[in-house]
Amino acid sequence: MKHRTFFWFILPTLSAMILFIALPIVSVFIQSLFVEHEQVLVVSESCGPFGCTPTTTVDTAATAALQEEQPLGRFNGLNTYINRSHLAFAEVGEAWRNTETFGAFWKQIINLPFYRALIFTLTYTAVVTPVVIALGLAIAVGVNNLPRFLKGPSIFISLLPFLVTPLVGSLILFWMVDSDGVIGATIQRIFNDPSLSLKASTALTWTMLIVYGVWHTLPFSFITFYAGLQTVPEDTMEAAMIDGASKWQRMIHVIVPHLAPLMSFVTLMLLMDNFRVFEPIVSFKAEAHATSLSWIIYNDLRESGNPLYGSAGATSMMTIIGVVILLTPVLIRTWRDFSRKAH
Amino acid sequence: MLLKRLAAASLFAGLMGSAAFAANCGPEGQSIRILASDFPAIHAVVDAARANCGDAAAEFTANHTTEARQIMNAALTPNPAEYTSVILANATLTQLMNDGLVRPLNDLVEKYKDSIPPNVLITIDGNVMAVAFMANSQHLFSRKDILEQAGVDSIPASYEEVLEAAEKIRAAGIMEHPIAMNLQTGWNVGEVFNMIYLGHGGEFFAPGSAEPSINNEQGIAALETMKALAEYAHPDHLTHASNETQGLWESGQAALAIMWGSRGAPILDDEGSTEEVTSNTVLSAAPTVGGGSIPAATLWWDGISIASNVSDEEAEATFAALISGLTPEMVAENNDDAVWLLPGFEPGPAAAGVAGTVQGGARPYPMIPQIGLLHAALGSELTDFLKGGESAEQALADVETAYRTSAKEAGFLK
Repeated sequence: MKHRTFFWFILPTLSAMILFIALPIVSVFIQSLFVEHEQVLVVSESCGPFGCTPTTTVDTAATAALQEEQPLGRFNGLNTYINRSHLAFAEVGEAWRNTETFGAFWKQIINLPFYRALIFTLTYTAVVTPVVIALGLAIAVGVNNLPRFLKGPSIFISLLPFLVTPLVGSLILFWMVDSDGVIGATIQRIFNDPSLSLKASTALTWTMLIVYGVWHTLPFSFITFYAGLQTVPEDTMEAAMIDGASKWQRMIHVIVPHLAPLMSFVTLMLLMDNFRVFEPIVSFKAEAHATSLSWIIYNDLRESGNPLYGSAGATSMMTIIGVVILLTPVLIRTWRDFSRKAH
Repeated sequence: MLLKRLAAASLFAGLMGSAAFAANCGPEGQSIRILASDFPAIHAVVDAARANCGDAAAEFTANHTTEARQIMNAALTPNPAEYTSVILANATLTQLMNDGLVRPLNDLVEKYKDSIPPNVLITIDGNVMAVAFMANSQHLFSRKDILEQAGVDSIPASYEEVLEAAEKIRAAGIMEHPIAMNLQTGWNVGEVFNMIYLGHGGEFFAPGSAEPSINNEQGIAALETMKALAEYAHPDHLTHASNETQGLWESGQAALAIMWGSRGAPILDDEGSTEEVTSNTVLSAAPTVGGGSIPAATLWWDGISIASNVSDEEAEATFAALISGLTPEMVAENNDDAVWLLPGFEPGPAAAGVAGTVQGGARPYPMIPQIGLLHAALGSELTDFLKGGESAEQALADVETAYRTSAKEAGFLK
């Protein structure tokens, strides 16, 4: 294709991407560099049905004047990125100097909200992604080998978790693992411990979130691989059979290499999705034991009444950077495959 | 003095009774748009206002949503604002005042003073910012049959007695986890700290400034009390908010609970529970703590505010309509839906807890501009202590640093 034709061909997509993806990211980045104006506080007294108490109020006229001067707020540079709620350079440095053992240092690090969230987010991504790929492939191969009349129903059933809204799906599981719920009560009976609670232990909460994550994203990798399996060339398979390859050998040496590009695609999608884990944490009310980067953004925007746009912006930018870092190896691999084929 | 006030109140109640037939709706043909939370008492007030003044207005709409707090600032910022009035509470009034989105009501109050009940004006720095109509607070719910069974003679009046009673219930083998509290990570656990800290006589900020002052003896005592209580609470307590604790109570799985007064009526009604539970549930004032004299609770009110960014005529019509709903008839019809601060209210068993807490002199939830930030910091940093991984001092230090970080970003601290 000529460059000129290509340009006109890609223009609508490109402009939509700039308008709806690139510009918002630039805007979020700019907002993350600013903090609110100084609030002009006045000491006053508040009275109501329960008596009078001394209080302070914001002098809105004075604050509005400041806002008029600089609508974006005060420029803060990258300070929001390195404060305690985010990368916490000062706190990490202090912890490094003041602790003797690595264990003590680690304890101080996981006391910082950003690192605590990052650790769960990475663990979740690192466990859910490979498990979903392996299980998805296994189920796809299994379904593919079923007799014809069973295929339709089993595909439908395997897709069900994907049809359930994440928030609703996790709420249902949350009620099931309650100590009065069917799973929670069964586990209590098995271990004969009436105070055993899946929601009260950090390890069990993480397990629960990861199991939910696998359950919910499995259909995506299953259906992609199942589609891929329909394109495995019959000739190659027959040749392998004639050469005496076992079922397992055919799987490893024919099917998996054939599906490799699809695997890169599924890995990319899963890494991005899992790194943004959010809904299950809210519906499982798991904040005491597990938080994620997306959850921090939500919390900054929602919890304190007046949203902290700078903090939310900084965490959003770092989430994007995190996704880019995670995707780099996969992208490099894809690029290599592409250039090899091109030459 | 007291007699005089009583006489004035009854005269006033008489006036209100006769005024209800011809409500004063202010300027006609205006648009009245109300944003409010979604619970029965607020529906009652808004519906009464609609019945009185809906016909005189060109438009009368009400959006009752549990997300009111999340959308109110954005909805009131444009000029003209999306709503002419927000039905709000202590904390949300501060949230709107921080952005200057609600107007002082002094002239409207002066004009309609004959229809406004006494002692309900919320005045900040001499300006009336809201008109309250109902009160709410956390307080104690007890099961008197279980207390008797465990050998506890009276309803506990202090947290120390609550813990003692809980131990007796556990020792008697009646319940392993007799206490229910809203300890869910986030707003709820922060609120439990607030009330017990106030009960210990604590102050949240250095006077007149935004510097936090919670890492002190009272703060540590409050956390120790919370931990002692959590020992007797259901193992899932860090995921429990009002709906879960009400569920535990109604299914008979708790004998002592600290819950919101607004849960009193739904618990005592004949739905969702058994006769055994409802007939033995006693509502009483929030317990005192650490030898203090006031109930450890935060008092809340719900009231009427008027948006800044609307025309004066719309503001007046909205104010007049909502005020016209605050009649003894409305209260009589919805007596058990709330603890009304209005004439004609007859406190029933469902109101005993809040009434006792107010009379005991509990402190109101502070109306300080930066309290939301401190509350959020408490909500996210205290669970480490309750889980047992951290000392009380460390948890409170974490709260203060987390608060300082966000207060700097919001411009309250340098």
